[in-house]
Amino acid sequence: MTNDHTIHIKTIASIISGLNSREFSSVEVTQYYLNRIQQLDGIYNCYITVNEEFALAQAKASDKQRASGNFPLFCGVPIAHKDIFCTKGVRTSCGSKMLDNFIPPYDATVVEKFYHSGAVVLGKTNMDEFAMGSSNETSFYGSVKNPWDTNTVPGGSSGGSAAAIASHLTPGATGTDTGGSIRQPAALCGITGLKPTYGRVSRWGMIAFASSLDQAGPMARTAEDCALMLNVMAGFDPKDSTSINKSVPDYTLDLSHTVEGLKIGVPKEYFQKGLNPETEKAILEALSQLEKQGASLVSIDLPHTNLAVPAYYVIAPAEASANLSRFDGVRYGHRCENPIDLRDMYMRSRAEGFGDEVKRRILVGTYCLSAGYYDAYYRKAQQVRRLIKQDFVSAFESVDVIMGPTSPTPAFEFGSKSNDPIAMYLEDIFTIATNLAGLPGMSVPCGFVDKKPVGLQIIGNYFEEARMLNVAHQFQCVTGWHQQIPEGVKLSSENEEGVN
Amino acid sequence: MAINYTDIEKLAELARIQLNDATIAETTQSIADVLSLVDRLNAIDTKNVDPMAHPTDAIQCLRSDNVTEVNQREAFQVIAPCTKNGLYLVPKVID
Repeated sequence: MTNDHTIHIKTIASIISGLNSREFSSVEVTQYYLNRIQQLDGIYNCYITVNEEFALAQAKASDKQRASGNFPLFCGVPIAHKDIFCTKGVRTSCGSKMLDNFIPPYDATVVEKFYHSGAVVLGKTNMDEFAMGSSNETSFYGSVKNPWDTNTVPGGSSGGSAAAIASHLTPGATGTDTGGSIRQPAALCGITGLKPTYGRVSRWGMIAFASSLDQAGPMARTAEDCALMLNVMAGFDPKDSTSINKSVPDYTLDLSHTVEGLKIGVPKEYFQKGLNPETEKAILEALSQLEKQGASLVSIDLPHTNLAVPAYYVIAPAEASANLSRFDGVRYGHRCENPIDLRDMYMRSRAEGFGDEVKRRILVGTYCLSAGYYDAYYRKAQQVRRLIKQDFVSAFESVDVIMGPTSPTPAFEFGSKSNDPIAMYLEDIFTIATNLAGLPGMSVPCGFVDKKPVGLQIIGNYFEEARMLNVAHQFQCVTGWHQQIPEGVKLSSENEEGVN
Repeated sequence: MAINYTDIEKLAELARIQLNDATIAETTQSIADVLSLVDRLNAIDTKNVDPMAHPTDAIQCLRSDNVTEVNQREAFQVIAPCTKNGLYLVPKVID
């Protein structure tokens, strides 16, 4: 067994180099993480399913493959998948009672791609039910605790992935982002997360919430790790007709480019009432840091920003009401006991299987699509969606990237917004517009407010993930926010090492 | 736009979700709140704006009309709540 007790602070890039130089084996790294999960996940609840036997078998096989001399980049590197990605033979719950017993007969394309790249899957991470939430409080499996302050939420919906990375229970994880579900939890947990351009990553096998908005992306501690993961994830998939047939660059190639001459658009609308003043200060400091590195700031307007949340709460529920109609108790998932007839079976299976937030969104979506209301709601929202996209298209005529806060506040306490859907929806005020426009966005740690992390949002033009990763990497080369470790996590690793 | 219990019951029927009598008032109120948030869209005129259904101007991918899927009925039915002789069973629909 390796004597290296610092494996959990290694990035994916350094795990790869450690495996390459035989400092440790994949079985050792995997066992190390499994031990940590066993020791610490009782506190954080990041994982819904941990598959020890499966992970160790994968690790053993990858060590053997590595010994053969011919192996892929992620060979033996442990990661975790959000429990929204179908994993063949491994329960995929989507955070819902509806799918508590669902064992998919196939792998999602993203899962398959990581499998072919040699990655070891530690487990499936917790999430808001059907990815509907910004706090992870809607999960059937209980909420995830933010490692920076266990009285606060980790954000959502990819809160399990974000908290698992922040608590060093995995070096990287997949996430999905429909309205901010990668970026907002990344911000609240102090990690790095990227939502690619719509169509960059296949949605096949990713349980659908709102099909025109959903996009999968990488979550890790550094931009470099996100680039490595995106190299695996991105690409056209004939099985997803919305994936884009466009060549995939090597996202690590541009990381070392300078940001000198970079034009950063700063939208006035992202610095308005509702933004925590301390959060604002951290963002402005990050922007001035980038200025010092040679970038210039350009004030821009995104005039329809305030309509993004209202447009989203028509489009996303409408698409969700259609997508979630498949959960009917017939072919898989929850079925109620002793139905008296078919209608009763549908009505009760869905009432029992779905939680309150999911039901609320299905009902709102059904309303917006129902006869007589379609034009007033759905068509209107789709028109506003075009205006929002045009705001960005105009802005990108004069700037290279757009920056602002990811989230208006740092992590908030459990229960503080869960009874007020509107307050919860407004959490995503700065992230939702990019999903409506289909643009890529990422969140990078850039400071702390009351010992809670703040995320800097970087929005790129279509298919410019490489440039965003470059900017994020350059920022991380001169700042240490992404290297901070939550107090409780530090203590636990010391105990593990026997250093008291 | 005001929404009442009758509207919610109709929606629940359309969406095939049985509502809990004890929480119907709360459900009605929260949906009314969401719809009032959504009503902010009416603040702007969108008369000459084309609706945008999709973020990219992608066109539908077509493939040649060949069989690409194999029959996996048994694998799919392993996870079904109730099957018999390769069929999915549901409560009787027609007497």
